[in-house]
Amino acid sequence: MVGIVIVSHSNKISEGVVDMCREMAGKEQKIISAGGLDDYSLGTDAVKIANAIENADSGDGVLVFADLGSAILSTEMAIDILKDSSKDIRVEIADAPIVEGAIAGSIEAYIGGNLESCLTKAEEVKIFSKLNK
Amino acid sequence: MEKTVYSYIKAMRDIIVENKDFLTQLDAEIGDADHGTNMARGFNAVVEKLSEEDLDLKNVLKKAGMGLISSVGGASGPLYGTMFLKAANVAVDNTMDPNVLCQMFKAALDGVKERGKATKGEKTIIDAMEPAYEAFVEVIDSGGSVQQALEKALEAAKEGVEYTKTIIATKGRASYLGERSIGHQDPGATSFTLLLESILKNYMK
Ligand SMILES: Nc1ncnc2c1ncn2[C@@H]1O[C@H](COP(=O)(O)OP(=O)(O)OP(=O)(O)O)[C@@H](O)[C@H]1O
Ligand SMILES: [Mg+2]
Repeated sequence: MVGIVIVSHSNKISEGVVDMCREMAGKEQKIISAGGLDDYSLGTDAVKIANAIENADSGDGVLVFADLGSAILSTEMAIDILKDSSKDIRVEIADAPIVEGAIAGSIEAYIGGNLESCLTKAEEVKIFSKLNK
Repeated sequence: MEKTVYSYIKAMRDIIVENKDFLTQLDAEIGDADHGTNMARGFNAVVEKLSEEDLDLKNVLKKAGMGLISSVGGASGPLYGTMFLKAANVAVDNTMDPNVLCQMFKAALDGVKERGKATKGEKTIIDAMEPAYEAFVEVIDSGGSVQQALEKALEAAKEGVEYTKTIIATKGRASYLGERSIGHQDPGATSFTLLLESILKNYMK
């Protein structure tokens, strides 16, 4: 199953998004929070993210949701760190809002979607109208 | 160069710690008020990881890069971390041959640009670093000394910082402010200039 990693500056946000995804996800599904710094202050940590990606992978790849700024930079750095240590994990960063995107992506993973379809489902939420306009 | 690479890293740490509040103040104006804290946390962690017995240039630069990546906590972590890692890649043993220095500078600059997907004029580190690199190479290519090259590079970096006051941020947190970012100098360009200043000072010691 495709693994999911949630990256935010705030540990509360990443934990909260994981909780929301879990409501609809399978028990065994890997949805991992990598938010904030070790002391729970606001920030992003590429090493923490790299570990989360490794833990989320079960062979089918990992889809990462990140908030803004260094959340993206640190995730890209994490992917490079994994590559440099020759860890062969397929990783994609979703160009999607973190809450809605992560829920769409993790449901698609749960029902057996591959990395590409999880990415597509997650990125589709960008054009999905909440107000049915 | 008789000074160890460790002495340079320590000089960088010292200047960052000295200017921690100043950098954070700059970041408070157009960012999230953490640049000084981030950089000080990063360089303190790096110095803690190193020892005076670490003499190998490549190895120390690598450790410094990884140390920054794992402890800074903001955008400047992956950016400065990549800078050190890329310089380490092209460093040759312990030679401080001016041409090798130019190559290290170039690799570091390209690394930051690639990591941040930024170019000159976006109100970032690059606005100080690119002119500094160009000035450095120009002096070396025309037969000048490393000290002269560092002096010119520092001058160019300072001008770069002044230039950041005149432009709108299009990368990083400050980009959310749009026009409102004009009139403020970029924290990252400023910290880069401080690092360069510490290198020159340590070189002349
Ligand atoms: N994409 C980028 N490319 C180059 N430099 C950047 C980029 N984004 C930010 N910077 C630089 O980083 C500096 C800010 O560093 P700082 O340590 O405060 O990180 P931050 O912006 O708070 O990170 P975060 O995204 O976590 O909030 C800016 O002043 C700018 O010079
Ligand atoms: Mg900041």
